Amino acid sequence: MSTPFYVSPQQAMADRAEYARKGIARGRSLVVLQYADGIVFVGENPSRALHKFSEIYDRIGFAAAGKYNEYENLRIGGVRYADLRGYTYDRDDVTARGLANVYAQTLGTIFSSAGEKPYEVELVVAEVGDTPDGDQIYRLPHDGSIVDEHGSVAVGGNAEQISSYLDQRHQDGMSLAEALKLAVQALSRDTNGTQREIPAERLEVAVLDRTRPQQRKFKRIVGRQLARLLEAGGASTEAESSDDSEDVGKE
Amino acid sequence: MEANTRSTGRLPAAFLTPGSSSFMDFLSEHQPEMLPGKRQLPPTQGVIEAPHGTTIVAVTFPGGVVLAGDRRATMGNVIAQRDIEKVFPADEYSAVGIAGTAGLAVEMVKLFQLELEHFEKVEGAQLSLEGKANRLSTMIRSNLGMAMQGLAVVPLFAGFDVDRDRGRIFSYDVTGGRSEEHHFAATGSGSIFARGAMKKLYRDDLTEEQATTLVVQALYDAADDDSATGGPDVARRIYPIVTVITEDGFRRLTDEESSGIARSILERRLEQPDGPRAALL
Repeated sequence: MSTPFYVSPQQAMADRAEYARKGIARGRSLVVLQYADGIVFVGENPSRALHKFSEIYDRIGFAAAGKYNEYENLRIGGVRYADLRGYTYDRDDVTARGLANVYAQTLGTIFSSAGEKPYEVELVVAEVGDTPDGDQIYRLPHDGSIVDEHGSVAVGGNAEQISSYLDQRHQDGMSLAEALKLAVQALSRDTNGTQREIPAERLEVAVLDRTRPQQRKFKRIVGRQLARLLEAGGASTEAESSDDSEDVGKE
Repeated sequence: MEANTRSTGRLPAAFLTPGSSSFMDFLSEHQPEMLPGKRQLPPTQGVIEAPHGTTIVAVTFPGGVVLAGDRRATMGNVIAQRDIEKVFPADEYSAVGIAGTAGLAVEMVKLFQLELEHFEKVEGAQLSLEGKANRLSTMIRSNLGMAMQGLAVVPLFAGFDVDRDRGRIFSYDVTGGRSEEHHFAATGSGSIFARGAMKKLYRDDLTEEQATTLVVQALYDAADDDSATGGPDVARRIYPIVTVITEDGFRRLTDEESSGIARSILERRLEQPDGPRAALL
């Protein structure tokens, strides 16, 4: 009769964490930054249709790195959670904090249950407030821990390096073009420090814009508007703003 | 769901199960008692008294569609509310106006808005205008039990069809029967009078401004002959709700704009109580 191998709990958890981290590292990193009028999501994404960022509710956005089918599942779960909660109570009762807690519990339970494969995802849940002080950004690593972030956050394989780059350069009250430029610079640095070029059509950009008149603040930035912002980020920074109607991808 | 979420902390399995992009489908599997159509109805005798909304009108013009409603809710011969809102945006490119039992209708609109928004968020694309109109049909049909007890909801749905590049109007009956209306439509107790007015005033080359004036004229005529429809209330500054949907999306006229239209119509009606005359053949 064969005896089962003994694996210490520490070792089992370390193995699961290692497995999840490796999975996440295979995908590209993405960044979420605060700017003067809201929160901007920037990532490199060759696909036009499979999004890394999306709207959850009026003021709440979602970003994810890792395995697509797993985070898509969590995203839809989040949309259902938010819509049901808003329908049961009121639209104001749907908060990023509540959603982040539910995600943390979900990821944590999956991570620590021996029967399930840990999710290879890292999430960001962000909510834009009426003022920059009211902005909330939560980072949720694969194990269900939850980190309250300020200013800027990066998730994905290369996250640590990008985060430290952003931490040194991010300032409060940046314009959208400035924040976008910083984000692209951070994403286009390779591990050995060299810069590479990310063409505009491979960038996925979305914002939670507190100045939007609509109740729903999430907006994708595509096409001409994105090109204009990228240009503006290089030179002056006041060119953009308030072209809501133009070129805006309806989500 | 709330208790469930709290007890285990994680999202219930139903939330993470791949399935339909419809919020109503999700609810009917996960929490069917939350859906208005699934409610158990107690046996009742006679008609239940509840506030009713009355006249909604819509008219298309080249480039869009206008949807408007009066502000009165009645309960029998009593005015239950003078400033009720019966016209709501359904999403960016469509709006819904409701006549019938106010409480149920407002709830239906809320669920309809959510249904469209939920689909849009899950799929990353909007439903077609036809799809939205059909979805509303399903919701009215699910209310049939209550409609039989006198709690009917009869909406008017209008939107800008981005695929066909024009405004369209859909009207409904209590059984969920849906029909597309051409040029103009009205629903509610004052609708016969409003329709008469629109029939005489409608042209197919109206500007947006003329179309908004036309619907207010029609509402004035409905209020003139139907006691359940409210006219512009100058003393309380309550004016009809007028919304315009074009390729730029949904827009509700500001109070200044709608009061401007209503006041200029009132002015002319002081001279000519029956309103503008159509040219004879």
